[in-house]
Amino acid sequence: MPLDVVAEVLSNTHLASDYNVLALAAPGIAEQARPGQFVMVKAGDTIDPLLRRPFSVFEVLKDQGKIVGLSLLSKRIGPSTRRLFESKPGDLVRCLGPLGRPFAPVAAPDEGWLVAGGVGLAPFATLAETLRARDVTVKLYYGARRAAELFYVDAFERLGVELVLTTEDGSLGERGRVTLPLERDLHARSGVGNVMIYACGPEAMLASVAKLAAASGTACQVSVERVMGCGVGGCYSCVIPIKTPDGGWHHVRSCLSGPVFRSDEIKW
Amino acid sequence: MNLSTRIGSLTLKNPLIAASGCFGYGTEYAELVDLSSLGGVAVKGLFLSEREGHPPPRIFETPAGMLNAIGLQGIGVHRFIDEKMPELRARGAVVIVNICGTTLQEYVELARILSDVEGVAALELNISCPNIKEGGITFGCSLHGTADVVSAVRAATRLPVIPKLTPNVTDISSIAKAAEDAGADAVSLVNTFLAMAIDVETRRPRLSNIVGGLSGPAIRPIAVRMVYECRQKIRIPIIGMGGIANASDALEFIIAGASAVQVGTANFADPLIWPKLLDGISSYSERHQVQNISDLIGTIDTSAREKEWISS
Repeated sequence: MPLDVVAEVLSNTHLASDYNVLALAAPGIAEQARPGQFVMVKAGDTIDPLLRRPFSVFEVLKDQGKIVGLSLLSKRIGPSTRRLFESKPGDLVRCLGPLGRPFAPVAAPDEGWLVAGGVGLAPFATLAETLRARDVTVKLYYGARRAAELFYVDAFERLGVELVLTTEDGSLGERGRVTLPLERDLHARSGVGNVMIYACGPEAMLASVAKLAAASGTACQVSVERVMGCGVGGCYSCVIPIKTPDGGWHHVRSCLSGPVFRSDEIKW
Repeated sequence: MNLSTRIGSLTLKNPLIAASGCFGYGTEYAELVDLSSLGGVAVKGLFLSEREGHPPPRIFETPAGMLNAIGLQGIGVHRFIDEKMPELRARGAVVIVNICGTTLQEYVELARILSDVEGVAALELNISCPNIKEGGITFGCSLHGTADVVSAVRAATRLPVIPKLTPNVTDISSIAKAAEDAGADAVSLVNTFLAMAIDVETRRPRLSNIVGGLSGPAIRPIAVRMVYECRQKIRIPIIGMGGIANASDALEFIIAGASAVQVGTANFADPLIWPKLLDGISSYSERHQVQNISDLIGTIDTSAREKEWISS
């Protein structure tokens, strides 16, 4: 069941000019959170900014084996994320969650190929951990604009995740979009098990990944990010068109029916 | 201390109602909120049939407020009755059904259908949604249109009839009076203010519908003024709303003349706001030795101002 807590900021790590990882003392939420679920967050108790913002749970934080909180991977883009970027340890952040439908993790011998664009990395730290704990072979295709915006790469390496990095300026890994190596590898694939693609990032990237998945007959789950007002189904702002059996489509709320969808459910 | 309040023949256990369009069908919140602890739940506006609403983006945050143009996406009255009412009844919610039509006949048919449904406590008539072209606000923007819808629905049901008024008119109190004269049991006000925002980098509107309705604390002083104006002109109860985010805001509406209040946008930011509002109203009442919350309705004291006017 979702909890609403006024969580203390445990730490705030600035990663690059606009990116930060905010650690929150919200153990009750962290204990329940499954990979792909999200929280609705607002710094302080203001009416301006008014609404909370959705964030994937990035890490479940432990201290000597005990869950002490969770962290968020945030990019400063507006007033709300600026406040999160500027938060100091001890500040209070409202945090409601966990919310939404999580990823469905595969089991070995199936492989999990994670495709992340920018802060779309966020849900994959916990997913990679879950999959590796099941001995699933995990690859992470991770793209950003430049090397300085590729984060936590060593943490994934430590989990035994195979990394395929891309940057748009070529400063690290392959130059170009993250979908390029993904496309190549889908063509060349010859494993025993099936592959499940998990994707999170900008919507254009998700649409490309969905296309590649469909073309190669690969199963794919995507985590979508729509403008969300409440996160619990009240406001109807975060809708996404889902195909219906009669060839049409209808709007579903991504906070309740998602944020994770099978890529072939969505009318792209 | 007695928090109960009357809206026509309906007695609410307290003056707090979840605002239509801001609380889904109520069932979405059942895990988080004890629905029976609310005075009422005004469910998302229903047409006879299902609607997909507008494409995203549907909301945009503005200073202390938000714009929305959802376009009344909804499951239609029949699915609502079959899929949502059983849970709402089981959880003891006082259900106020918000109905929308494109024609008078559709309002009448919705009223007839819902009158036979166990657990429906009242009908709120949406004649004020700024985000759809057809129906709704076209009635609510004129005295005749308002009177026509209210009297047609009045004749079709014994349930309390509560037209929800738009602030996008020159004189909301004359619309309220037209509703009262046509047989409304109460009026609720205000719906959102027609508004817009533009992304200057792309020169595109922030909403797919270009314009939308503004809600949230930004509109509260205007809404309070409108409740106050209507209180001078009509005798039926007023359900006040517009930007309520804490107990003091709610009390402001009650003192201005509202018998109950609805809370919408603030519930998005804090879905657990309800017990906080109730606690705040209770402690105010104790502090001011208010025995019955209904004793507070319309008790605004303008005497000092009047004296000043006379003496100057």
